[in-house]
Amino acid sequence: MSRVVILGAGIAGHTAARYLNKWIGNRHEIIVVSPNAKWNWIPSNIWVGVGQMTEEEVTFDLAEVYKKTKVKFLQAKGLSINPQGSAGSDKPFISIEYTLPAKAGEQENIEYDYLINATGPKLNFAATEGLGPDHGFTVSVCTAGHALEANKKLQATIERMRAGEHCTVVIGTGHGMCTCQGAAFEYIYNVDHILREAGVRDMARIVWLSNEYELGDFGMGGVHIKRGGYVTNGKTFAESLMVERGIEWITRAHVKKVEAGKIHYETMDGAFHEQEFDFSMLIPPFAGVGLKAFDKAGEDITAQVFAPNGFMKVDADYTPRPYAEWSAKDWPRTYQTPAYKNIFAVGIAFAPPHLISKPMQSANGTPINPTPPRTGMPSATMAKAVAMSIRDMVNGSEKPTHSASMAEMGAACVASTGSHVFKGTAATMTVFPVVPDFEKYPEHGRDLELTTGEIGLAGHWMKYILHHTFIYQAKLKPGWSVLPD
Amino acid sequence: MAVKVTNKEPYQQAYYPPAPTGFTRYMRTSLIWQGIRFIVINLKMLKLMSKSHH
Repeated sequence: MSRVVILGAGIAGHTAARYLNKWIGNRHEIIVVSPNAKWNWIPSNIWVGVGQMTEEEVTFDLAEVYKKTKVKFLQAKGLSINPQGSAGSDKPFISIEYTLPAKAGEQENIEYDYLINATGPKLNFAATEGLGPDHGFTVSVCTAGHALEANKKLQATIERMRAGEHCTVVIGTGHGMCTCQGAAFEYIYNVDHILREAGVRDMARIVWLSNEYELGDFGMGGVHIKRGGYVTNGKTFAESLMVERGIEWITRAHVKKVEAGKIHYETMDGAFHEQEFDFSMLIPPFAGVGLKAFDKAGEDITAQVFAPNGFMKVDADYTPRPYAEWSAKDWPRTYQTPAYKNIFAVGIAFAPPHLISKPMQSANGTPINPTPPRTGMPSATMAKAVAMSIRDMVNGSEKPTHSASMAEMGAACVASTGSHVFKGTAATMTVFPVVPDFEKYPEHGRDLELTTGEIGLAGHWMKYILHHTFIYQAKLKPGWSVLPD
Repeated sequence: MAVKVTNKEPYQQAYYPPAPTGFTRYMRTSLIWQGIRFIVINLKMLKLMSKSHH
């Protein structure tokens, strides 16, 4: 009997857990380690952040769901990996520290035959002084708890506007190296929608502030889509949507510091600016969660296993090259670590070989470029591929049997721009592949039949159905495995 | 008192992007058209997903 340990129970970790439970749960042991007691459908945090959903509607208790399965759930955080075992044993293990209140602080070593690192990111608010809800002046929608607090502050700002005060709302990214612009993009339109519903839109100045070179970059270098007899860059549509809603934008910006009511940022030309705000939601940059790795003798081998940003090195080509020489082949396919064939990293936890957007820096040398998005649909796709590979490896295969390169997979993003069953709209975007492949698609790097974007009520219906479908699926309700990931 | 009409300020951020026509805005929430788009988007997503698994 083999033991598969999964670090993390987000979209990637939970996807791997439910498929491994279905395929090999009866004959092999599956352990999920997550510091969080609850699973969170993060895309719907946007609606929590504007008061249109409750925390309970976007989360559920992990222990209860795993009780229905053969999966053993440990509410704990991973501390370190010993991929070679210890002086006394060749068996690899991880060290964990319980976050379950009854065992809080207790540490334990868990041996494994296969390890999936799906920890997700550390929300690195500390990278920008004054950023974030805990020690700063901005809010976040990265967790359900953050989104709740964001809504509380948004409602307070709405009250001020109702009382006749003009307010400035700033939404975007809180550092030059952020990813997840899509979440902020969706949030700004939902805030606009809520302000209109509250009858105070004319009292608000709404400003988009981001590290994208142009609007619509989304960390993927932007997209080209067919529309109106032209192949047009997504920038055109992103700008159109902003103008239509009366939203201003500032791009190519690295937020350096946030003070109460004031954002200090640097732009690509090297100039420094200030932007005042009454309410601001800025996405933090992501980093690895800080896992360490040790060899058999207890020597620190973290730098061999992880990239400097804390993400785990996998089967990507990490050779530094100029942008013009980047290739789709640089991107990992199996997510297996090169040194340890029984360790895989998926979702945000794996180290990308490089950015997708072209690296840019300010006149002062400050990097201002979005980092690659690898949340949501790509996370689930790679987690399922790794689960299939591990299923086959415990059954005798010598190497991974499935691949899910971001240069060979598509992604869909539905960004709500107002919630109503007949009057709501959403921007629906599909891209294929996520990482442009200029060898296969020389002109634009992507398949223009599958790279699309449109705004409409259909997108809102999709968004609403996806919310319920994915939560149903994640709760392992009857028939979950026939639903698409 | 009549409000004085002034020319729209050019060379501003909001001056350049395309704006949707009334017809485009209508189609965004037209139940028949959006019903069709719902089917088309779903089919595209299914095709995209089927090409993503190897």
